[in-house]
Amino acid sequence: MTNTETYNYKVVRQFSIMTIVWGLVGMSVGVLIASQLAWPVLNFDIPWLTFSRLRPLHTNAVIFAFGGSALFACSYYVVQHTCHVRLAFPALAAFTFWGWQVVILLAAITLPLGITSSKEYAELEWPIDILITLVWVSYAVVFFATIMKRRVKHIYVANWFFGAFIITVAVLHLFNSAALPVSLWKSYSAYAGVQDAMVQWWYGHNAVGFFLTAGFLGIMYYFVPKQAGRPVYSYRLSVVHFWALVFTYIWAGPHHLHYTALPDWAQSLGMIMSLILLAPSWGGMINGIMTLSGAWHKLRTDPVLRLLIVSISFYGMSTFEGPMMAIKTVNALSHYTDWTVGHVHSGALGWVALVSMGAMYYLIPRLFGRELYSLRLVEVHFWSATIGIVLYIVSMWVAGIMQGLMWRAVNSDGTLTYSFVESVQAMHPYYVVRTLGGAFFLLGAVIMAYNLWRTIADAKPVEVEIPEPAGAH
Amino acid sequence: MTFTLFQSIWSIVVLVTFLGIVVWAYSGKRKSAFDEAAQLPFEDNPVTDNNNTSSE
Repeated sequence: MTNTETYNYKVVRQFSIMTIVWGLVGMSVGVLIASQLAWPVLNFDIPWLTFSRLRPLHTNAVIFAFGGSALFACSYYVVQHTCHVRLAFPALAAFTFWGWQVVILLAAITLPLGITSSKEYAELEWPIDILITLVWVSYAVVFFATIMKRRVKHIYVANWFFGAFIITVAVLHLFNSAALPVSLWKSYSAYAGVQDAMVQWWYGHNAVGFFLTAGFLGIMYYFVPKQAGRPVYSYRLSVVHFWALVFTYIWAGPHHLHYTALPDWAQSLGMIMSLILLAPSWGGMINGIMTLSGAWHKLRTDPVLRLLIVSISFYGMSTFEGPMMAIKTVNALSHYTDWTVGHVHSGALGWVALVSMGAMYYLIPRLFGRELYSLRLVEVHFWSATIGIVLYIVSMWVAGIMQGLMWRAVNSDGTLTYSFVESVQAMHPYYVVRTLGGAFFLLGAVIMAYNLWRTIADAKPVEVEIPEPAGAH
Repeated sequence: MTFTLFQSIWSIVVLVTFLGIVVWAYSGKRKSAFDEAAQLPFEDNPVTDNNNTSSE
């Protein structure tokens, strides 16, 4: 039996290519601002080139432009393949692509100009927020309409993760971005004081939990089994993993507000729920890695699989570190230091970026009907990226713990041992090492871009027919 | 009903729901259905999976 209907690969191709492009842009800005911290002269005394303006540009570019494009591409690919249908509403799907690119361009213009709501990871001003809402609602309609017209009974677990990510991000964005505009490019939050802080970090942590975790777990649950050629280690564990993550993540936000005006009970609740999160996180990590059980030898020969498995290892590492840092006494040392920056990057570079890159190595050759140009270059990318991550996080651990210890050191008469600027001065060597680590990671990304470009340079986009679902269920 | 009482009851409802899901997921009855579901990604067979270098 054949089916003449084909998958909608066009929108997947568009998002995949922009994943690579925005990855290069976002990571380059990252290396630039890391250099600015090591060598402040690189701010050039030009307002729109200063660290303060470029830092939100970097975070928005890597999270929403690079990570977001990867999520759109992978979710659109996976939902079609596991539901055996073509993507619903092609025009709306095209709108999600072009709309999302406009959001990114507007961010790239407004943030360097200093136009910001100053909410972390939600800096964009209200007109852009409205466009994001339109794109996101369209995304939800396309995704869930595709699920609804599926030709298999079961909804594969990866789609559950994508679905939770889409719904939760919509809710988070709507509540946290609620604001009163006073002009076209200036608005004030709808909330005040500690409530504003709590809403912001309810948003902020769940941006990590659902945008940077649930969505990428959806990628893991499809691409790791595909690349390994084996079904997921335990499907029932993946079901429990999903619900455990959904039930607990939403509570963890208060750990960003330890020792602030937030009521003590709320801080403790955030700490406890963060500790509980260790269970679903590690359940998922074990499930991902154990998918290779019986096929470990493939790691020796398949650098793409290695990239994916190392990304899951970094997921396990940073989801152990996170709950630990959420413990109030640990947080008393780590908060406001570079340890936090290191933690974020072990998750962002190690987990999010590597799993996305692994998925792109899988996806892009298939979208153009080509074999990957060079596995050796993937190998080089893998090592460059891994060395970069290790340099980055180790330097930030040392820097962060050192800052924390210097800030709390007191003399016997109760005065502070170090002035703040002394702790800044002590950071210089670590900031240099961090820049080097970032540069190694960027180099890996450049090698990937070259490799994928050579893969598809003279290729034509392919149309792939949708196969009949196997067997009668 | 006070808000605190509502919150307490809600927390218990959510916890019991979650434990119910765990029991359901690990019940023997679900095993064959889950084994089948785990195979879902392998039902398709795009061209490049067969080592074809191009689609021409």
